[in-house]
Amino acid sequence: MPQELNYLRETASQTAGPYVHIGLAPGAAGFDIYREELGWDIAGPNAGGQRIRVEGLVIDGMGSPVKDVLLEVWQANSEGNYAHPEGGGEVEEGFRGWGRVITDFETGEWGFDTVKPGPVMGRNGRMMAPHLNLWIVARGINIGLNTRMYFPDEEDANAKDPVINLVEWEKRRATLIARRDDRDGKPVYRFDIRLQGDDETVFFDI
Amino acid sequence: MTQAEFYQRDRRLQPPALTPDYKTSVARSPRYSMISLQNSKSEITGPVFGHNDIDPIDNDLIRNYAKNGDPVGERIIVHGRVLDENARPVPNTLVEVWQANAGGRYRHKKDSYLAPIDPNFGGCGRTLTDENGYYFFRTVKPGAYPWRNWVNNWRPAHIHVSVFGTGFAQRLITQLYFEGDPLIRQCPIVQIIPDPDAIEQLIAKLDMNATIPLDAIAYKFDIVLRGRRSTLFENRLEGN
Ligand SMILES: [Fe+3]
Repeated sequence: MPQELNYLRETASQTAGPYVHIGLAPGAAGFDIYREELGWDIAGPNAGGQRIRVEGLVIDGMGSPVKDVLLEVWQANSEGNYAHPEGGGEVEEGFRGWGRVITDFETGEWGFDTVKPGPVMGRNGRMMAPHLNLWIVARGINIGLNTRMYFPDEEDANAKDPVINLVEWEKRRATLIARRDDRDGKPVYRFDIRLQGDDETVFFDI
Repeated sequence: MTQAEFYQRDRRLQPPALTPDYKTSVARSPRYSMISLQNSKSEITGPVFGHNDIDPIDNDLIRNYAKNGDPVGERIIVHGRVLDENARPVPNTLVEVWQANAGGRYRHKKDSYLAPIDPNFGGCGRTLTDENGYYFFRTVKPGAYPWRNWVNNWRPAHIHVSVFGTGFAQRLITQLYFEGDPLIRQCPIVQIIPDPDAIEQLIAKLDMNATIPLDAIAYKFDIVLRGRRSTLFENRLEGN
């Protein structure tokens, strides 16, 4: 008998279901229970850099908006540091860099306010272009989907980004890049996520 | 600072995206292959939570929404540890739960099941694991409920569980089931998990030693998140 490797195995994922809001955003389920719900303030009041808004839809294979989706965003501050002991450096007081976003039950639209992240040092000394890490759960999604949103006004950095360049098909790279509109002098980035179809968003097995 | 990546996720233990027996997945499942990504700082870091974020009562679902008495139902303790694949505890990590009441009804504006809302039961809780990765909740056992998939599907009694870990790559949502429930083997959402042992791992075990005599029954549920390399070989995350 060879020796045993005594590793445990990762717990299997199960769908977040249609009532994910009860646990993660109870106000949206229709009741008030916690002193404070987590994830509403991503950047905090002291964050440096440019204030931005990000909006979008998650669209299913029929072309319909997914109205019961919950997204989480994880991002660096404007200096490219994450609010984590291994995040690369200091962040501003109150900057968490994490947010939880739910859709409007009628339209499926979601949106959040934050600051634009800086470039982040990637593997082997290759700089990653500014990006938001997104995690998407919903009824019908068996395991959370990971993707990234990149910025259209970072063309040079995007062209060199080691993660975008992993996507062999150039036309699919475009699914990772938001569209920029400006509203009242503030940049609004539009990022629609397509779960299926010819223009399916690139998802990552991280 | 030394940074090491997480072990690759073993997708054979995880439900695939497209699972026709669970109909909602059909239009919501990506069809192209995911792009496999070696971990960078963006994946090995993740949000950090502290005791300022939550209140001590948040893990007591019997009391955290009570208006004029205790909720109806079988009083239970759910407890266990959050571990990684190296069997190391994951301390100070946020665990959030949500569930139906004892009748199988959710407190959610979109749930219209005919079982009644319990005025004393909200149905959600949250806690941080302690330094040994240990967590517990007090609640009532949720009821089974019907759902539209095939015409007569019933969800086994379950509690939804969300866990963070230390890096965004460990983020996990799952469901806890209860030992002995005959609906588990009938449930399409459970049975899409391809590995029978992985299904067993979602079933909390009756734990008589942790019951509170004359008060509450206990179930034990350990949660395993992806493990992380302890050594960094030549393939460094940071250039040098
Ligand atoms: Fe449920």
